[in-house]
Amino acid sequence: MADYKVPCIDKPLDIPALARGSMAHSAPFPAAPEHQQALGFPGELVDDWHDKAIDKFAELLGKSRALQVYMDSCVKCGACTDKCQYFLGSGDPKNMPVARQDLMRKVYRRHFTWAGKIVPWLVDAEDLTEEVLDDWYSYFHQCSQCRRCSVFCPYGIDTAEISMAAREIMDHIGKGQKYCNEILGKVHKIGNNLGLPEKALANTLEDLEEDIEEETGLEVKLPLNVKGADILLVTPSADFFAEPHVDGLIGYAKVFHQAGVSWTISSYASEAANFAMFIGSYEQMKLVAARIRKAAEDLGVKRIIFGECGHAWRVAYAFLNTLAGPFDFLDPDYPVPQHICELTWDLIEKGALTLDKSANDHMTLTFHDSCNVARATRMGEEPGGQFEIPRAIIKACCNNFVDMDADTIRESTFCCGGGGGLLTDDLMETRINGASPRMQALKEVVDDHGVTHMAAICAICKSQFAKIMPIYGFEMDSIVSVHQLVSNAIILDGQTSGQTSEAE
Amino acid sequence: MLSAVYAILFYLAAVVFSVGLVYRIRLYAKTPAPLKIPTTPAPVTQAGVVARMAKEVVFFDSLFKSNKWTWLFGWVFHVSLLLVLLRHLRYFTEPVWSWVVLVQPFGLYAGFAMLGGLAALWGRRLVVERIRYISAPSDHLMLLLLIGIASSGLLMKFVAHTDIISLKAFVLGLIRFDWQPLPADPLLLTHLGLVLVLMFIFPFSKLLHAPGVFFSPTRNQVDNAREKRHLAPWAAALDTNRQEGKADG
Ligand code: SF4
Ligand code: SF4
Repeated sequence: MADYKVPCIDKPLDIPALARGSMAHSAPFPAAPEHQQALGFPGELVDDWHDKAIDKFAELLGKSRALQVYMDSCVKCGACTDKCQYFLGSGDPKNMPVARQDLMRKVYRRHFTWAGKIVPWLVDAEDLTEEVLDDWYSYFHQCSQCRRCSVFCPYGIDTAEISMAAREIMDHIGKGQKYCNEILGKVHKIGNNLGLPEKALANTLEDLEEDIEEETGLEVKLPLNVKGADILLVTPSADFFAEPHVDGLIGYAKVFHQAGVSWTISSYASEAANFAMFIGSYEQMKLVAARIRKAAEDLGVKRIIFGECGHAWRVAYAFLNTLAGPFDFLDPDYPVPQHICELTWDLIEKGALTLDKSANDHMTLTFHDSCNVARATRMGEEPGGQFEIPRAIIKACCNNFVDMDADTIRESTFCCGGGGGLLTDDLMETRINGASPRMQALKEVVDDHGVTHMAAICAICKSQFAKIMPIYGFEMDSIVSVHQLVSNAIILDGQTSGQTSEAE
Repeated sequence: MLSAVYAILFYLAAVVFSVGLVYRIRLYAKTPAPLKIPTTPAPVTQAGVVARMAKEVVFFDSLFKSNKWTWLFGWVFHVSLLLVLLRHLRYFTEPVWSWVVLVQPFGLYAGFAMLGGLAALWGRRLVVERIRYISAPSDHLMLLLLIGIASSGLLMKFVAHTDIISLKAFVLGLIRFDWQPLPADPLLLTHLGLVLVLMFIFPFSKLLHAPGVFFSPTRNQVDNAREKRHLAPWAAALDTNRQEGKADG
């Protein structure tokens, strides 16, 4: 880690001076041929890659209004130039959202517009050369598809859409990214990103049940593959073993237990995350989503609930109905799908949960809005529920809560730095860059308000922060799950022991 | 001769402008949006979307959130341009509509505001390193073109008056297909020439942001993905495959 320059977070982040090409060397490991082929992509760069890429580009322009309109509409106003965490952290101008888009737009101009064909020098049009392709591979993997830029663009131009399209084109000419494509292969084969088979999953869940029993004296179940359960819980596989994710999973289990509902996890669909979104592949996304539908059908559940996961919640909330719907076989009284926070907040509002806030008194909390939850989804009935509901839950479970700077939360939140398929060690420098604005905002509330912990509702955020925070001088375990706070505070009926969950 | 050249060019420009624009708008309208991607928090009703769009188009809401200077310059420029355009209706109508008469005094001074806004936008493009970096030659030229149009217009109005009666006769003649001579005033010819250029390049340039903003899925979609299944035609075809069991390769 020592070889990376870690951005300083002691003072407010200034807009950096341009450091041209400073991140050009950053590129993810390429996907191995077998990982490519498993998804139906060519194993390595095909001979006629240029023509193939342009053909695919044309196809995508015809399939996506967003891509077509966004290629045409940018006026180069520059409003987005200082909005991306990867630019703020690196100063590399190609990490400015508009410049990132332009990597693709210049090829669009050259091949799909008159001006670019006749007077390319006038409009900065350029053919898809090898250098340009290298830039694509590098800089479209320094975008976490967090959509922060789209909030501030007068036309709503969403660089995430453009990154996805670029990755889709690259996959189709054999230039895929190892991390995403390998993981997608595991989902198809085994059912989750980690490649955790059913047996191991069952053991893990049993262990967790024992832990909870030790703590509470109660038999709180984490059921697996139970036919006829009411609720199917789909949660990111990191929840099964990584810290602090697993404490969140224990929290869901306690909430379900206290609510007295029957629920189950499915080993077939034991993964909430849908990495196909990162690579912009509608077809792949549909295949992965279909697993959830099939699990729901096979188990005969009435509702689907998603655990804490940001990009997963985007695909679930905004795309699942499109990809795998209609869900007319489920209980029409509930939205499909629901977020675990919606369920928990409902119960809290109804007074169905007994919460002892003092159980979290050793912490002063702040909340990191995960980018995809914040800007691509909703919770509850009202727009903005995705900001209010998690905060309301935290406040119901904790006495000490402070928000970070208003420019860094809610719809203006920064990405943790590891979203969109960047949560891999080969992109560590990019991840450190991307985390810097969040780390700076956190530092401020730590210094000014004594904040000790930051809560999040996304598996990627949690993994990223657990790894990155020590680099910025924070404790590794100062990142917590929202349902971990619930788990600490909740008092289950008949619970023997007190609040021992904090005993260390 | 000059009159004929200008007349023909104006007809041509009008055709290119409108056909080009209609073609583009049809393309945007016909291209499906496969997924629900409104930038949230987003309205949950169609009426809400109309309100969001109106705020965006009238007040440049997102730009305001983003950067106050760019917003100020950009908004002043666009509003002034609108007033100036409305004022220009007096050259196309006989008798002049009464509300156009009302706009006249505002439209006159809006010309200066428009020029000021453009100059400030160009200054920003030149001075701020990030924006200079993303600017193509065409981005600078576009501003110069608009500055040229605005200043030649202002010069005619406030410094060297042109023969406005004959100009109006020329314009009405164009509309009525009864050509009248165009005054050979160099300022006027420059002004009209630059306007012609603008009309010709409109459907092929970044000026497409004008129709584009209405078709931006992040802004014009209702946030109701769970309630209503959204399905693009090409994606629906994949559904059929699923049902027939010949899915996934
Ligand atoms: S990382 Fe986020 S802000 Fe940066 S370009 Fe990508 S979508 Fe935009
Ligand atoms: S804010 Fe939008 S229009 Fe302005 S430069 Fe960025 S992408 Fe282009």
